[in-house]
Amino acid sequence: MVGGGGGGLLENANPLIYERSGERPVTAGEEDEQVPDSIDAREIFDLIRSINDPEHPLTLEELNVVEQVRVQVSDPESTVAVAFTPTIPHCSMATLIGLSIKVKLLRSLPQRFKMDVHITPGTHASEHAVNKQLADKERVAAALENTHLLEVVNQCLSARS
Amino acid sequence: MAAAADLEAVAPTGALWGLVHDFVMGQQEGPADQVAADVKSGSYTVLQVVEALGSSLENPEPRTRARGIQLLSEVLLQCHPLLLEKEVVHLILFYENRLKDHHLVIPSVLRGLRALSLCVALPPGLAVSVLKAIFQEVHVQSLPQVDRHTVYSIITNFMQTREEELKGLGADFTFGFIQVMDGEKDPRNLLVAFRIVHDLISRDYNLGPFVEELFEVTSCYFPIDFTPPPNDPYGIQREDLILSLRAVLASTPRFAEFLLPLLIEKVDSDILSAKLDSLQTLNACCTIYGQKELKDFLPSLWVSIRREVFQTASERVEAEGLAALHSLTACLSRSVLRADAEDLLDFFLSNILQDCRHHLCEPDMKLVWPSAKLLQAAAGASARACDHITSNVLPLLLEQFHKHSQSNQRRTILEMILGFLKLQQKWSYEDKGERPLSGLKDQLCSLVFMALTDPNAQLQLVGIRTLTVLGAQPGLLSPGDLELAVGHLYRLSFLEEDSQSWAAALEASGTLATLYPMAFSSHLVPKLAEDLCVVLSPGLLSGKLDLAKGDGPTKCSRHLRCLQALSAVSTHPSIVKETLPLLLQHLCQMNKGNVVAGPSEVIAVCQSLQQVAEKCQLDPESCWYFHQTTIPCLLALAVQASMPEELSVRRKVLLEDEVLAAMVSVISTATTHLSPDLAGQSVAHIVPLFLDGNISFLPENSFPCRFQPFQDGSSGQRRLVALLMAFVCSLPRNVEIPQLNQLMQELLGLSCCPGCPFSSTAAAKCFAGLLNKHPAGQQLDEFLQLAVDKVEAGLGSGSYRRQAFTLLLWVTKALVLRYHPLSSCLIDRLMGLLSDPELGPTAADGFSLLMSDCTDVLTRAGHAEVRIMFRQRFFTDNVPALVQGFHAAPQDVKPNYLKGLSHVLNRLPKPVLLPELPTLLSLLLEALSCPDCVVQLSTLSCLQPLLLEAPQVMSLHVDTLVTKFLNLTSSPSMAVRIAALQCMHALTRLPTPVLLPYKPQVIRALAKPLDDKKRLVRKEAVLARGEWFLLGSPGS
Repeated sequence: MVGGGGGGLLENANPLIYERSGERPVTAGEEDEQVPDSIDAREIFDLIRSINDPEHPLTLEELNVVEQVRVQVSDPESTVAVAFTPTIPHCSMATLIGLSIKVKLLRSLPQRFKMDVHITPGTHASEHAVNKQLADKERVAAALENTHLLEVVNQCLSARS
Repeated sequence: MAAAADLEAVAPTGALWGLVHDFVMGQQEGPADQVAADVKSGSYTVLQVVEALGSSLENPEPRTRARGIQLLSEVLLQCHPLLLEKEVVHLILFYENRLKDHHLVIPSVLRGLRALSLCVALPPGLAVSVLKAIFQEVHVQSLPQVDRHTVYSIITNFMQTREEELKGLGADFTFGFIQVMDGEKDPRNLLVAFRIVHDLISRDYNLGPFVEELFEVTSCYFPIDFTPPPNDPYGIQREDLILSLRAVLASTPRFAEFLLPLLIEKVDSDILSAKLDSLQTLNACCTIYGQKELKDFLPSLWVSIRREVFQTASERVEAEGLAALHSLTACLSRSVLRADAEDLLDFFLSNILQDCRHHLCEPDMKLVWPSAKLLQAAAGASARACDHITSNVLPLLLEQFHKHSQSNQRRTILEMILGFLKLQQKWSYEDKGERPLSGLKDQLCSLVFMALTDPNAQLQLVGIRTLTVLGAQPGLLSPGDLELAVGHLYRLSFLEEDSQSWAAALEASGTLATLYPMAFSSHLVPKLAEDLCVVLSPGLLSGKLDLAKGDGPTKCSRHLRCLQALSAVSTHPSIVKETLPLLLQHLCQMNKGNVVAGPSEVIAVCQSLQQVAEKCQLDPESCWYFHQTTIPCLLALAVQASMPEELSVRRKVLLEDEVLAAMVSVISTATTHLSPDLAGQSVAHIVPLFLDGNISFLPENSFPCRFQPFQDGSSGQRRLVALLMAFVCSLPRNVEIPQLNQLMQELLGLSCCPGCPFSSTAAAKCFAGLLNKHPAGQQLDEFLQLAVDKVEAGLGSGSYRRQAFTLLLWVTKALVLRYHPLSSCLIDRLMGLLSDPELGPTAADGFSLLMSDCTDVLTRAGHAEVRIMFRQRFFTDNVPALVQGFHAAPQDVKPNYLKGLSHVLNRLPKPVLLPELPTLLSLLLEALSCPDCVVQLSTLSCLQPLLLEAPQVMSLHVDTLVTKFLNLTSSPSMAVRIAALQCMHALTRLPTPVLLPYKPQVIRALAKPLDDKKRLVRKEAVLARGEWFLLGSPGS
């Protein structure tokens, strides 16, 4: 993996930066014990927006890799679909970013959910290959057996110090 | 005679001989101390010791010689102050000579020399001779660590006392030392050696041709890479070495030509700590370097710093890079120029501008902020740098603002402008003649006004902050600009959607109003006055408007914003004189006309009044003005409303609990800062009003009926005792209260009056507040006796048990706060009530009141006597009894004890609680199983910080904690579920090996709250589960 520090050159040294959305304001309904709050797109987006980019000291939200409009969720049907957009079409990190999103969702959503993580159509050179890898449960499981890969994923998912 | 003297001498000398023999031949260590003690006590002299050692010092066996010299050295180390000059000379000669001896002897010889180096009686010349001998005879780096340390000590000692002599050695001394330390590896020795080099340089020893050698012999350790071994008894930290080496490297400009290339090389390395250390060292160097030293390296330094700030993933590297750039620029700005020299500062800044300028034109891109930060770091270094950079950058940014049309781009640009303006402000005090911004003023203003009218709230926010900074530049804004600015602030004060801009606009109004009171008086206050009238007028005409429900939220919130704007600008005495009458008049209007104001409207006015009062507190004149104007007005309104004949509903609004509470805070805020004199004037009116119904000082005093709150007055009148409380309990302690005896008795009577909990509680609080401030003495004891009698009678009776309990609680609090001896009896009484079937749960909640800070009475701000450690003291004095009570109590009242205890623990500062944990933890764990939600919640909130701060203690109970926390994650109360999940999160701070056995179980169990019906619970579950996943996993 190309590290951010040191003299190593970044693939994309001056990327576009997007604004971070603020904390979701707490509504009166959310504080009411009785009212159930369904899982919505913003809630899913809040789970993934603070994932760190493997390359930059920035979040996926700041790089616009993930956006709330590209999150589809249906609580009653227990389905989630997340499309992510690599910063450049040849980004070598695409699989890793997809894997981080997938792992974050696996760890954070109820088991009943069926989740689909894929590249925003037309934004990456090897879109289909990456999507196929991400959809293959066994390959995802095998990837997480790889200590080095798990280490990088965990770093992406750790709270920024 | 002579024979007798000989006899006397023989006996001790005989003993000495024995000791010496035991040490040298017998290999015992004890005799050395004995001999030294005997020398110190005068039993024999050093000379005699040498004589006794005699043959062993010349023994052909080196081990024996070493042992002999060792004894002598030990004695000298303890007895060197007793030595005479003559003795020192001989000893030095002896020891110098021994340096040529067998290597086994050398350590003892060095110890002896160290003792001699401490001698005051050392004659001139010998220090130099000792050092020469050491440099010549000893290969220091082949000695063990301790002996090398001894050599450094000898050198240090001589440098402290014989500086002039050593300097006589010239560069030979420097060279000798370089050879001594060359190759040193032990951190303990390095600390001393670095100190010596630092002294060599800072005390101006002759370095001769050895500057580079001295640099090499120290800089080879840079950057320090040292990890102290575990359980290191010497306690040397990496940081100690880093700082002492940095002190050496940054001690002289003569190192610059060698050091700067090294620093550049290390900044460019891949190791984070090396980068940080290099940047910090560069920063340190800049304080002593000048242009000459930096000149050749500036381009490379800039390239390295720029790269770090542009590319780093570490905020610390960025911060250090910026700090280094700041110091470099400051250093270049400081140097005095020769007439013919080129100005390096201009050259350097042009370089920076050239590399950063174009990034400022791409406000969407990552490098925009690093570039701005670099420029601002340089501009913050000196007035000259600031002028150079801002004169270049500000016009560019102004132009870019207009080139970019998206709000978020403009916001970035404006935020950068704001940064540069703030730096301008920092330097503008230096030369008052020039106003560098005046040329750009019009452009800046129009840009700020554009931002203020933009729909994007973030851009508005930056616009407001920029306006405040522009306003703070004296003489910059013209009256016309100000009028426009005030107009914008007025408009923003009524925004609703985004409370951030609104709050910022109010704050800016307050700040600018202190600088430009006239502008606000003439352009803002009249508009707000008009708005207040408009809010009321339709109601006046139609008689139908109910502000609470009536015209919908817009009208209601417009009213609220108007009030808030009025209080926000009341930051200047002259403005208060206009806003306060407006607010009071408005309050009267609301109660007079046909408008039926709801309690929330009245409360809003009171809150505004209270904010104005806060702003007046610091200025005695405004404070008195506020007090004198507001209090009679509020009291008159309240008294009017309390008249029994007063049937109108709208006036009864003033008597509602929350409205009275709002008035209470106005009155106390307006009273606490009064000078005792003026407070005395006021108290002479107000107490008679309540005790005798003397209404003469009220502005409107024709009431249909007498005001007698303490006699048989209506229940409405009794409620106004809360206002009396607000006033008398906020007075400075030395203000005498008239008719105090009568007042206290009336309060006591009312406090136990059944029927209206509000007024009886107010009376109890008022009584307690006065009690707390009353000086110790007979009168206080009488008041206390009265109170105790009243409480006991009440608790016994049945008809007013609750009132008596409330009185007991408040009186106890008043005494606990001032450490009064009677408080312990009262606390015992309270604890007894925990098992009372009727009052038990109330008594348990009472502990919360005892431990918390009140807002209206018994506050420090209100001059109450509050000892800072009262909580700790309460804890130590009473928790054992509570615990005991818990164990002894019957099952059905145990929860009361737990609840009382958890209130006490919850309020206690955590550092105090930590050491008590082991004894209390089992009880807290039991409390987790208590079915009462309050107890659960308070126990969880008590355990959570303990998990963070004392993970070692808590890890002993990990099994219980995991089980009980997980149980509580399915509690019916949302707050308990959240707190339990936060505790599950905090558990991850325990040592990982302790947690790992539970990891699979916990991760499985936490899957359930991920599907909780409440989002706030799910959020905590996600956080906790995520952390548990990371435990023991690579990369965490």
